[in-house]
Amino acid sequence: MSILVTPETKFLVQGITGGFGGRHAQLSLDYGSQLVAGVTPGKGGQTFSDTVPIYDSVAEAVAETGATASAIFVPPPFAADAILEGIDTGLELVVAITEGIPVRDMLSVKKVLDASDTKLIGPNCPGIVTPGEGDQSHGGCRIGIAPGYIHKKGNIGVVSRSGTLTYEAVWQLTSAGVGQSTCVGIGGDPVPGMTHLDVLKMFNDDPETEGIIMIGEIGGTAEEEAAAWAKDNCSKPIAGFIAGATAPPGRRMGHAGAIVSGGKGTAEAKKEAFRDAGIGIAETPSEMADTLLKMM
Amino acid sequence: MNLHEYQAKELMRRHGVPVPAGEPATSVEEAKAAIEKLFGEGHQRVVVKSQIHAGGRGKGTFKDGFQGGVHLADSVEDATAKAEAMFGNVLVTKQTGEEGKQVNRLLITSCQEIKSEFYCAVLLDRALGKPIIMASSEGGVDIEEVAEATPEKIIKETVDPDLGLQAYQGRKIAIALGLRGKLIGQCGRLMQGLYATWAGCDASMVEVNPLALIENEDGTEAVVALDAKMSIDTNAMFRHADIAEMRDLTEEDPLEIEAGKFDLNYIKLDGNIACLVNGAGLAMSTMDAIKHYGGDPANFLDVGGGATQEQVKAAFEIILSDPSVEAILINIFGGIMNCNTIAEGVVAAAKETDLKLPLVVRLEGNNVEAGRQTLAESGLALITASSLAEAAQKSVEAAK
Repeated sequence: MSILVTPETKFLVQGITGGFGGRHAQLSLDYGSQLVAGVTPGKGGQTFSDTVPIYDSVAEAVAETGATASAIFVPPPFAADAILEGIDTGLELVVAITEGIPVRDMLSVKKVLDASDTKLIGPNCPGIVTPGEGDQSHGGCRIGIAPGYIHKKGNIGVVSRSGTLTYEAVWQLTSAGVGQSTCVGIGGDPVPGMTHLDVLKMFNDDPETEGIIMIGEIGGTAEEEAAAWAKDNCSKPIAGFIAGATAPPGRRMGHAGAIVSGGKGTAEAKKEAFRDAGIGIAETPSEMADTLLKMM
Repeated sequence: MNLHEYQAKELMRRHGVPVPAGEPATSVEEAKAAIEKLFGEGHQRVVVKSQIHAGGRGKGTFKDGFQGGVHLADSVEDATAKAEAMFGNVLVTKQTGEEGKQVNRLLITSCQEIKSEFYCAVLLDRALGKPIIMASSEGGVDIEEVAEATPEKIIKETVDPDLGLQAYQGRKIAIALGLRGKLIGQCGRLMQGLYATWAGCDASMVEVNPLALIENEDGTEAVVALDAKMSIDTNAMFRHADIAEMRDLTEEDPLEIEAGKFDLNYIKLDGNIACLVNGAGLAMSTMDAIKHYGGDPANFLDVGGGATQEQVKAAFEIILSDPSVEAILINIFGGIMNCNTIAEGVVAAAKETDLKLPLVVRLEGNNVEAGRQTLAESGLALITASSLAEAAQKSVEAAK
């Protein structure tokens, strides 16, 4: 099994006619994922890559293709609207790749999201991959911008706020011959959809996930909340890594959410919470996979 | 993006927050005109305030020995003399570092009798995913110390972002601050104005410290924002052309401004090992790893997920303009990005800049074999590494 998506999950791409969205839509097709539709208002009736129909709205795309998930590549000023359209259509999962959505827009989105059954990954995230069984994990579900080929089907769950650190962890696992159930990049923004805790709970309930790598960074207290829950409730080994111990306070380190403010959100506080919960700590990102494998 | 006090006060005033009368000045002549205007309006005393993006101005010292970045004055002559002493002078405060900041702008405001001081801020509570108003009866002091020592003195009110701060919530905060009578309504409206400023300007933070209960010259009392600090969510700048114009480039690091032109995320630090990395998380971890092995990172630099050869070259030039750099560490996990493109960019930039410093390169990912070959055949004296940990160790040795 896996969480959130399976190789059979049908999804659409909002913003498929843009350069960035189109490029990654093609990579998802190449990976063998079930990308069944694109949405760009005003371009309905066209096709993407000769095979994928484009619709004017998410509702039309869902009615015609049965898609249950969406990837959003819409530019920041219009991205909140695109997420809301996905929620309104009743999609099970929306994955917002877009970086640079204003916080105030996300506060309104979050209110609607919390009152709905839709799950949101991101924004400002690499998305989600459930590896397939083919060569270089071909045939899996790749929604977003992660490199598919570095994955391998298996039993480790990965959840992270950082894209490249996710790839590091996945590549270390795959290089060691260890596969992944699902890898979720929850994104680097201060107002995210799913949190570490939400994903951790799903991994804990997934019978095929046997171990978890949780990657966090400075800013906010989401890692602490996940660790506090894991301490008493998670039955599976967890290895953790926190980025940003050397970041100067008050500065945003690339990600909008990666900031230590008012003494809150430090790497040290997060590591302490991990230690307290029995989560294995990788001192450098090169040791993420090893730290977990030694615990299993 | 951070704003100056006078800019924050202007935005607050537009949203109905009472602030003392006053005007900014960028020259002694402008300052004198503003001072004369305030005394002309009947004010008995004015405040001359340095405008720099750093706290602790009042207790700061100018490099020529002149004490204090904020001064009271009871006459046009005295106020003008203070303004003259501050303009162009470099102010050192506990937040500026030793190098201090040059004062290019002043704010001249009226001065009233302060009866008590409070603290108030609007900010995002990330755990709740909602904005909150944070207030305290302990004003004019370091709020983090108050929160640490006497957490019961911190008042928090959560705001529904779609409704805004309601009138009763504003009154609730005013009452909790100890205000009574007409001041409850007046301070409540001020709170609503502060929230409206936060929401209307897409601010990350609005802070008033102190918020003061003052006695006007006619004997009436009022709550006003005596100081103001504000930062804006840069992601929302596309809908605030007027605020974008308030950016003061003289307050920013020149290398950081240059990096911004190439869509590079660069933050200058104090160490001697420069880093060039793709991805914010990996860039932070690279700095951490350098520190872990006993070195000091010279910067944070994220070239992004789709870096071009041009960006790599620009990144190289920016790194090399920092004179304290003694070694360079390049760490790229090219998941989709072609490693060979990065390798070619690195080689071109190193040759073009006639690089003499040790360069440690760790490449991993898409087309990595071709990338490594490009590096190996470049004729450059590169140090290669296969993992981030190894690369960090080698860069620390190379910088010794």
